[in-house]
Amino acid sequence: MTAIGNVSIRDTILQRGRSRERSRLLVFNHVVLLALTAFAVIPLVVVAFNSVKTNLEIGQNPLGPPVNVVVENFPNAWDKGNFATTMSNSIIYVVATIAAELVFGGLAAYALARKKPPGSDLLMLYFLVASTIPLWMYIVPLFVQINFLKVKIGVDARILLIMVYVATRAPLSIFLLRSYMIDLPTELEDAARVDGANELQVMTRIVFPLTKPGFLTVGLVVGLGVWNEFLLALTFIHDPNQYPVTTSFYKFVDRFDRDWALTSAGAIIIIFPVMVLFLSLQRQFIEGLAEGGVKL
Amino acid sequence: MAVLTQKKPMTIAEKFNDESWRRKFLNNVLIPWIFIAPLLIIHLYVVAVPAVQGIYMSLTDWKGVGMNVNFVGLENYRELFFEDETFGKALSNNILWMAFFLTVPFILALFCATMLSQVRRGGMIYRSILFVPYVLASVVTATIWKNLLNPQRGVGAAVDNILGLEGVFGVAYLGRTETALMSIAFIDNWQFWGFLMILFLAAMQSIPPVLYDAAKIDGANRWQEFRHVTLPGIRPILVFMFMMVAIFSFLAFDYIFLLTQGGPGGASEVIATQLYKNAFFRFQAGYGAAQGVVISIFAGFIILIFVTVKRRGWDI
Repeated sequence: MTAIGNVSIRDTILQRGRSRERSRLLVFNHVVLLALTAFAVIPLVVVAFNSVKTNLEIGQNPLGPPVNVVVENFPNAWDKGNFATTMSNSIIYVVATIAAELVFGGLAAYALARKKPPGSDLLMLYFLVASTIPLWMYIVPLFVQINFLKVKIGVDARILLIMVYVATRAPLSIFLLRSYMIDLPTELEDAARVDGANELQVMTRIVFPLTKPGFLTVGLVVGLGVWNEFLLALTFIHDPNQYPVTTSFYKFVDRFDRDWALTSAGAIIIIFPVMVLFLSLQRQFIEGLAEGGVKL
Repeated sequence: MAVLTQKKPMTIAEKFNDESWRRKFLNNVLIPWIFIAPLLIIHLYVVAVPAVQGIYMSLTDWKGVGMNVNFVGLENYRELFFEDETFGKALSNNILWMAFFLTVPFILALFCATMLSQVRRGGMIYRSILFVPYVLASVVTATIWKNLLNPQRGVGAAVDNILGLEGVFGVAYLGRTETALMSIAFIDNWQFWGFLMILFLAAMQSIPPVLYDAAKIDGANRWQEFRHVTLPGIRPILVFMFMMVAIFSFLAFDYIFLLTQGGPGGASEVIATQLYKNAFFRFQAGYGAAQGVVISIFAGFIILIFVTVKRRGWDI
């Protein structure tokens, strides 16, 4: 009896101590988290401020909120940065890469997850090893190959860039989609077969619809990666009319180095679509990128 | 009995005449491989074949243009390690970069994830905002921070202004040999650490709360709790990210190329920026390819270390 009494008293003491401790600690937690949040956000706020100032005002007040809000920077940057062209180029790169990745990746993942043809273990090993090969190992010969296709055969550089994007992201999409499909229960597929569905129907009507979250994850990771990609586009695209926004912005900043109002507005134009998508699909973005980053 | 019921193995000709075998072959071998083929072919063409070519190219003196290719054996590697002083500088910069990225973002992310895992209210909002820099393009991040680190108009100048100083904090961080590399690392980390934090947070949230209660009853203080419950709980992802970040340290390129192009005077040069210049600006394709192989060997070596450690089942 005394023992039990002791325990309960000890528990209540612990409980009280803990709750007091917890509330005190949480203030500390929030202070730390707010400081880190400010560290993450303030640079973006400064760019947003500068994008609606005149250069004259930026000269006097480079970091603070704008006194007079001007919006001319945006149409100016849009024209001078050739954003109409480069934005649509980037959209083409993103959409085409996602489409190819999902179609080819989905087919390959289905074959590897459900059919396991002879040699699939070897193939998985190949993709596992190949995914660890750094780009730096093959970028020089790849440049030669791509240049050959471009100059000698006359293939559009944009198609070649998309091909490089699809290839470099192939292991990721195969691993992700395959593991997603393997986790799906097979009962539904068996039931569909019993009902007389053929193999093609099982794949397109049962497996692919159930893999939708996996496709969404791959699409987001690949899409964001391509939208933000810089190095490959810089290496393989040399016609300014085919630049994606990233390399185009790089040259733009180079050219208008002193014109902060203009370059800030340009930065906001590039960030904007990503932010809208991120804010509307936060959970998928965060979980998808966490998963994608670990798988790669 | 079993021997009697066993069928005679079919010859290939018989197999092709057997309808059910043909359908099985089609469904279980041919069509799956047709599904795999497009991605595999693209990947072989873009990654595997050039990777092998890269090894060969690194053994030649090819300039990147023209037909003049001479096999020079390991000459490029000898030059890299024994003659090229700029390569030594770049390699030591890569190691500094690794030292920075194996400590600063990890400490920051572990600390922040621990703080965040205890918070109930507003946790999701913090999580989202802290993740925002990770979704930005490197060109944009580089431009933002180039402005913020400007000696006359940047944050440093503002601090000087408040303190009534001149030229103490408002210096050209990216333009001075002593600060260039670490300033770029700071900027890259600004974008990267939130991602690490999210990974650690997810791992921490999957630790059973019972373990924390048990630690409390045993009278563990917060450090002991972190050391003996949290850290072991997130060890797999922690170790894995150590490996990934160590590898990434040898691949670093974007921010350095964008912010300083390796300057001033090679102060922020790393192997990848050197490789890029050698291969694409200086007509030394063979030499650049050798640098690519060296980077890959370093990356492979890091993977080997981690695989060995994991095999041995060491407690890390």
